Amino acid sequence: MAPLRHLLSIEDLGGAAGIEEVLRLTDSFVEVSERAIPRVPALRGKTVASLFYEDSTRTRLSFEAAAKRLSADTMSFSVSSSSVKKGESLRDTALTIEAMGVDAIVVRHSSSGAPQRVASWVGASVVNAGDGWHEHPTQALLDLYTIRQRLGGLDGRHIAVVGDVKHSRVARSDVLAFTALGATVTLVAPGTLLPPDLTGWPVETSHDLDAVLPNVDVVYLLRMQRERMTEALVPSLREYTARFGLTVRRAGRLADGAIVMHPGPMNRGVEIAPEVADLPASTIVDQVRNGVAVRMAVLYLLLGAGTDRVPTTDALALDPEEPLRRPAEVDA
Amino acid sequence: MAERERRIAPPYGGVFSARTRVLEREDLHRAIWRMAHEVIERNHGLDRVEVIGLQTGGVPIAERLAEALQAIEGVELEVGRLDVAFYRDDIGLRPVLPEAVTHIPFDIDGRIVVLVDDVLFTGRTIRAALNALNDYGRARAVQLAVMIDRGHRELPIRPDFVGKNLPTRRDEVVDVHADGVDLGEMRR
Repeated sequence: MAPLRHLLSIEDLGGAAGIEEVLRLTDSFVEVSERAIPRVPALRGKTVASLFYEDSTRTRLSFEAAAKRLSADTMSFSVSSSSVKKGESLRDTALTIEAMGVDAIVVRHSSSGAPQRVASWVGASVVNAGDGWHEHPTQALLDLYTIRQRLGGLDGRHIAVVGDVKHSRVARSDVLAFTALGATVTLVAPGTLLPPDLTGWPVETSHDLDAVLPNVDVVYLLRMQRERMTEALVPSLREYTARFGLTVRRAGRLADGAIVMHPGPMNRGVEIAPEVADLPASTIVDQVRNGVAVRMAVLYLLLGAGTDRVPTTDALALDPEEPLRRPAEVDA
Repeated sequence: MAERERRIAPPYGGVFSARTRVLEREDLHRAIWRMAHEVIERNHGLDRVEVIGLQTGGVPIAERLAEALQAIEGVELEVGRLDVAFYRDDIGLRPVLPEAVTHIPFDIDGRIVVLVDDVLFTGRTIRAALNALNDYGRARAVQLAVMIDRGHRELPIRPDFVGKNLPTRRDEVVDVHADGVDLGEMRR
């Protein structure tokens, strides 16, 4: 895998081989996280700043925990208590943070493409922690890792992604990641919550969750974004739950060994019944736990292992046996 | 040969080409039996001894050594596996990736840990391993067993049990494998 400079999209990992490399590295960081002292000195002296223009608890804490377990220093920036309120532009904020000497910037923004812009302005590595409706690559990686942990692998698996696909950056990254590793993906949603144009997406679609459920290994529920209700994309949350919610009755239709995933935060009683969220088939807690290890792997790849600087120790060492030659001899 | 050696030995990414066979398969096994006896002699038995191999070259040697130790003393011995990538001092200077997951299935507090590696060179891997071990507990003592000591130390580190002392040039490469030990160099 070529050295990784930024992680803005799942596609930055260069397909299945690069994704597998992250998952393999995650195995090592899961082991680190299970220790009595879950910390390694790998990124000592590096600084990771989080730049969050949108509210987030789990992603932000997860990145900070990951950085700390790698012994990196962390800086945190949230819009509600910062110079953005005084009108500072994204570019000026990014350059200011970089000037403080950070090595990586974790960006979340409500506009698609914001992390790409930041990456073009700064010398630090940029990690996309969710941009608008576009992508959320570390979420997709932790989902992959969780599926691999529970089911052994992705190849040949059938995954239903259910809910508000249109507005979901998680769905976009997940579809890329799942299909890259050989899984089949079916999007299940009312027509109003599917992207208007699915050309080029390697997916099937369905409007009938009951018909899809018995045939899948994974049902991935997206958060029903209540704020979208104002756009009248679904008649009511109750109606959405009746047709697309994973109720206790519906969960009974799942095949043996199938798992239920959710990126959080959950709306219990809307897209997922409270009882279903707590079933052994539910991986929601695993996803959060694996999230820290996956983000350690990503930060390590960006700041530790991804460098392509010329090795100095051995390559440039002079042979101590060789006498110093005079310029004339060298020329001859 | 170990993937790590391939990556860090100049020329980088080259192919190992063997020049001399320095230990035959039988010599390798004799050395392991002798080292096993030395470990037992030094520690007056195996009551407090744990064996940990360094990923990945040290692990097969550690397993053989443990086999010999068990055969001699008639005790059960589990082998730990330690990867030191995250403790190396050249992170950021070259690509450093773990080769396998660390697995230490026992508590090292108060135990005598015998670290096992295939080749001892600059000593930097062992320095990293000592730091890593520290995060798993406080061993009563740490001893070092290596199949080949090829010299060129850059740190004050000395092995306790050695299969063979092998004088080398810095640019040479030592390859320990199941059939013996080869000395050679990396070629493009």
